[in-house]
Amino acid sequence: MAESVVHIGLLLPEVLGTYGDTGNAQVLCRRLRWRGLDAEVVPVGLGEPVPSTLDLYLLGGGEDGAQALAAAHLRKHWRSRSRGAVVFGVCAGLQVLGTRFRGLDGVDHDGLGLLDVSTEPGERRAVAELVATSSGLLPEPLTGFENHLGVSKLGADSEPLGTVVRGTGNGDGTEGAVTDRVIGTYLHGPALARNPELADLLLSWVAGHPLPPLDLPEVDRLRTERLTTTRRRR
Amino acid sequence: MTARNPLRTRASVAAGRLTAWLSRSSGLGRGGMIGGRVTLALDPRALRRLGRERTVVLVTGTNGKTTTSLMLTRALEALAEVAANSDGSNMPDGVLAALAARPDAPYAVLEVDEAHVPWVAGQLQPAVVVLLNLSRDQLDRVGEVRATERDLRAALAGLPGTVVVANCDDVLVTSAAKAAARPVWVSTGRRWTGDSTACPRCDGLVGFQGKDWSCGCGLARPEPGWTLEGDLVRTPGGRQVDLDLRLPGDANRANAALALAAAHRLGVPPHTAAARLRTISDIGGRYRTIRRSRHFVRLMLAKNPAGWVETLRVLDEDTPVIVAVNAQEADGRDLSWLWDVHFERLRGRQVVVTGERAADLAVRLCYAEVAHWTEPDPVAAIDGLPPGGVELVANYTAFRDLVGRLPDG
Ligand SMILES: [Zn+2]
Repeated sequence: MAESVVHIGLLLPEVLGTYGDTGNAQVLCRRLRWRGLDAEVVPVGLGEPVPSTLDLYLLGGGEDGAQALAAAHLRKHWRSRSRGAVVFGVCAGLQVLGTRFRGLDGVDHDGLGLLDVSTEPGERRAVAELVATSSGLLPEPLTGFENHLGVSKLGADSEPLGTVVRGTGNGDGTEGAVTDRVIGTYLHGPALARNPELADLLLSWVAGHPLPPLDLPEVDRLRTERLTTTRRRR
Repeated sequence: MTARNPLRTRASVAAGRLTAWLSRSSGLGRGGMIGGRVTLALDPRALRRLGRERTVVLVTGTNGKTTTSLMLTRALEALAEVAANSDGSNMPDGVLAALAARPDAPYAVLEVDEAHVPWVAGQLQPAVVVLLNLSRDQLDRVGEVRATERDLRAALAGLPGTVVVANCDDVLVTSAAKAAARPVWVSTGRRWTGDSTACPRCDGLVGFQGKDWSCGCGLARPEPGWTLEGDLVRTPGGRQVDLDLRLPGDANRANAALALAAAHRLGVPPHTAAARLRTISDIGGRYRTIRRSRHFVRLMLAKNPAGWVETLRVLDEDTPVIVAVNAQEADGRDLSWLWDVHFERLRGRQVVVTGERAADLAVRLCYAEVAHWTEPDPVAAIDGLPPGGVELVANYTAFRDLVGRLPDG
């Protein structure tokens, strides 16, 4: 890290913040501080340019109209976005990071093109626990909650983040998308609270090296509970 | 004034009552709900008929429906008998059960789930609708609060004879109530803005300046007729009414201000109404302190981030806190909202986490750096604390289950 403080950008929390999305910023911040690294959350609101100096950019979930507003704003005010930053987008954030998404009104919107993903409304809303095995990036399964109508198709420039074990994900058995150091997922809201490996993967990209493990029994207990409960209900 | 119901409705009401009694005496569940469901199945027009020839008030919003309805019921009882769903059964069948239980009451005060107001209001043609606040609740089920606002807005536009008493410090409420022919604006103060920075009309950015707010599209805070200032309510006539409630917190003062404005529309003078509000000390067990062996447990309900903003303010300092969280259908299966609650404010207290989803809450508190321990059973959590006072905050089904297991007083 060039700087001693890690700056975590929380993009447009007023429109991309429907589902406890600030949770991911809190989780990343704490996981750095508990390892003796200084971290700061930098909220970037509508109407403000996105600074190019941040170490990590977070995009949360939001509703249809808000999502289009967010995409339009970020296309205009986030000029540095192609310069290899670490980016993590959740739900609507995943769709905004893609090349294109279609709203409920049938209107196509341009995304940011950081992921090779295009999204259209599906037949019915996926609202449930989502479990996916990770595709090589992470040893442990991913667990979370999804709530979206979108069906996302990946192009050649993105790899899925995982394979769906339970739930819907992208809609074709894959879940999420990865291109370079940009990750999008349908595990919504505070996804990093339930998936510490994913949090640390993002942080290791920022740090430039793997981080020492953290022992958090509460998180282990929650993961075990969610993964066994969802298995039983299948 | 006696409502004359055709024979079929009366027979179906009798059948509904029997079912309600059966369900209560066999301990199957909340009798109000099941009784109402049977009646609607017997006669879908029953609601319209049972509401006829009465003055009906509907109370809706994300938080405070049960409290405000009880306040209004107490106030209107100054005039005559009032039918009310005071058990909080706020779906159409619960509303019907309440009307059926008091067929001769000339007034009805009914709390209605936000999503069901359009249909219920269409049937009952209420004299007054009270719109408290709109924020995220049950993320997975009701879905998006903006869609609820749009449906409410359309419904209120179709009720030209209805007075809408609305909180003008809430952007979503104002957007919906501006569609009404006769809005009465009440300023209750702004505490939760997490859901209303994007305009519900145009998705633009709503700007806040002191008490005022506005959007470029023209949606703006209307001038209130009624204003809550501290513990005082200022009426449109410039009079000041001291609330002096027994219920704690700003949220209850806000509910009271809206109740006074609604009661005034129906002919109850504000001072009379306020005096009657002061007789309320608990709401369906909420805020009540119960004694369990060597513990005095104050019971509170908080089921979403906006509710928690208020709850964190009224918690007694230096008293241990038990937080119980479930994620049943009625609570919403998605617990992401826990991350929008400033649990950091519990640092330094004794905190016990409990309920079916204690593990989710424990992770949230871990990241908030709030020391805590976990006890899956809420009653055992009480017993495990040192003797004395306990603040117990639970979400919907956790609260309901707990009340059933604790003594009455
Ligand atoms: Zn607007």
